[in-house]
Amino acid sequence: MTNWTADQPIVRLRDVHKSYGQVEVLRGISMDVMKGEVICIIGPSGSGKSTLIRCINALNDIQAGSIQVEGQEVHDPRLDKLALRRKVGMVFQQYNLFPHKTALQNVMMAPVKVLKEKPAEVETRARALLKKVRLEGKENHYPGELSGGQQQRVAIARSLAMRPDVMLFDEVTAALDPETVKEVLVTIKDLAAEGMTCILVTHEMGFAREVADHIYFTDRGVIVEHGPPAEFFTQAKDARTRDFLDQVL
Amino acid sequence: MLTDMQDFFRELAATSPHWNFIWLYDPVQMDRVLGGLWMTIKLSLACLVFSVVIGVVGAWAQEAKSRLLRSAVQGYVQFFRNTPPLIQLLFFYFALGQFTPSYSPDGWLEVPIISNVGWAIIALSFFAGAFNIEIFRAGIEAVPHSTREAAESLGMTRLQAYTNVVLPLTLRISLPALSANLINLVKTTNQAYAIAVPELLYQSVSIWNDFPSAQNPTMLLMMVCYLGLVGLLSLGMGQWERKLRIPGYGV
Ligand SMILES: Nc1ncnc2c1ncn2[C@@H]1O[C@H](COP(=O)(O)OP(=O)(O)OP(=O)(O)O)[C@@H](O)[C@H]1O
Ligand SMILES: [Mg+2]
Repeated sequence: MTNWTADQPIVRLRDVHKSYGQVEVLRGISMDVMKGEVICIIGPSGSGKSTLIRCINALNDIQAGSIQVEGQEVHDPRLDKLALRRKVGMVFQQYNLFPHKTALQNVMMAPVKVLKEKPAEVETRARALLKKVRLEGKENHYPGELSGGQQQRVAIARSLAMRPDVMLFDEVTAALDPETVKEVLVTIKDLAAEGMTCILVTHEMGFAREVADHIYFTDRGVIVEHGPPAEFFTQAKDARTRDFLDQVL
Repeated sequence: MLTDMQDFFRELAATSPHWNFIWLYDPVQMDRVLGGLWMTIKLSLACLVFSVVIGVVGAWAQEAKSRLLRSAVQGYVQFFRNTPPLIQLLFFYFALGQFTPSYSPDGWLEVPIISNVGWAIIALSFFAGAFNIEIFRAGIEAVPHSTREAAESLGMTRLQAYTNVVLPLTLRISLPALSANLINLVKTTNQAYAIAVPELLYQSVSIWNDFPSAQNPTMLLMMVCYLGLVGLLSLGMGQWERKLRIPGYGV
């Protein structure tokens, strides 16, 4: 259906508009994300960051513009949303694990139920993933028995088990206490180093500076400014960006 | 030993005319009691299963996209919650029973394909099912939307998210209310008496119609039987609740 190749943007947004009722939350967003890139989206609260990221895997719909993932139009009514979501993993601020399943079962559920893979094979992969996010020995713990940071790493492993091409992270460290933030960020950093395409909404400026290939600053539904971290943090041109950076840095 | 006891009760019946425990020494009456108890148990089990199925499916349908389906379910729930179960039972048996076809196993007798036991199961299941739908719906609403969203973001269909995530959590939330309703259901099965289903109440009444001296003991027996049945059910539900408890998760 598409003739997307890896030298084209894996995620491509053009003039995306999104409203909740009368309120326009996204007012013309465009961005290109290449395969293997790490993109950080920063901006003040309420500027539409979560909305933007949720539009990419069709959890929210859009009113105008275009979002393509691997050349496929996300908001084409004929698109198989479920197939899209298998390619695009998402990690939430509140982890949203399945509380009635152990860590291992959380990771295994989607590949077994959605991809219909053999449980034995999935289990091997799930154990390897939990090891990768440094949760060896916690396989049989229920979410309620894990710390926030550990739960968030289970959530990351759960998304990775679907072998996505792109990972979306929406303020995944915002609900954690400062000591556990680091363990989650290290996990994401590992992932980025392996070449996973990542789109992150984050308030961790140090992390963004270190890991991101490109930073986007949003305010009131538009991208005010964007660029590689070195430029972005030192030579911001727009007054709004400078104000924001003054506050958070 | 057994005959000693039976002799004792035979004697008691002779000396105190209101305390004839006839079903303890008369095998015919004992069979009636046991048959009635067994019918009550079968009726309860069948209605338990069907009403829970109705509850699960109905709660799912109440979330459907189709407005028609949603209002049909809502209409059903309102109807069965707001009319007396005894009247529902009579309505099913006498009004709808007229229109169901019958067959003739021996060429002589006409037998309706749905017996009075069948109608009792249908009517009581629909009655308890209407409450179960509301119970499960409240449970579904208590499952955080974000948990379901996580399931959907993993590529699950609505049905997969419902059966693998929403329903197991709903069940845990709904279990106390479900227990109460199912206990109520067991107690309501004796309304099948009105359409001559030979369950415990029906058999007990027949016994004391035949032997008025057995009325007090038979009523006592009935109370004990219901206490026992409901006790077993509560015990079972409690066990289930404990089994479903998730470490570190407080509902
Ligand atoms: N479901 C919704 N219905 C109506 N309005 C919404 C909804 N979700 C978000 N909004 C509004 O859209 C705007 C953008 O919200 P969004 O969650 O995208 O912001 P954000 O940049 O992620 O903020 P934060 O940093 O606080 O998470 C806000 O003004 C919010 O009130
Ligand atoms: Mg947000």
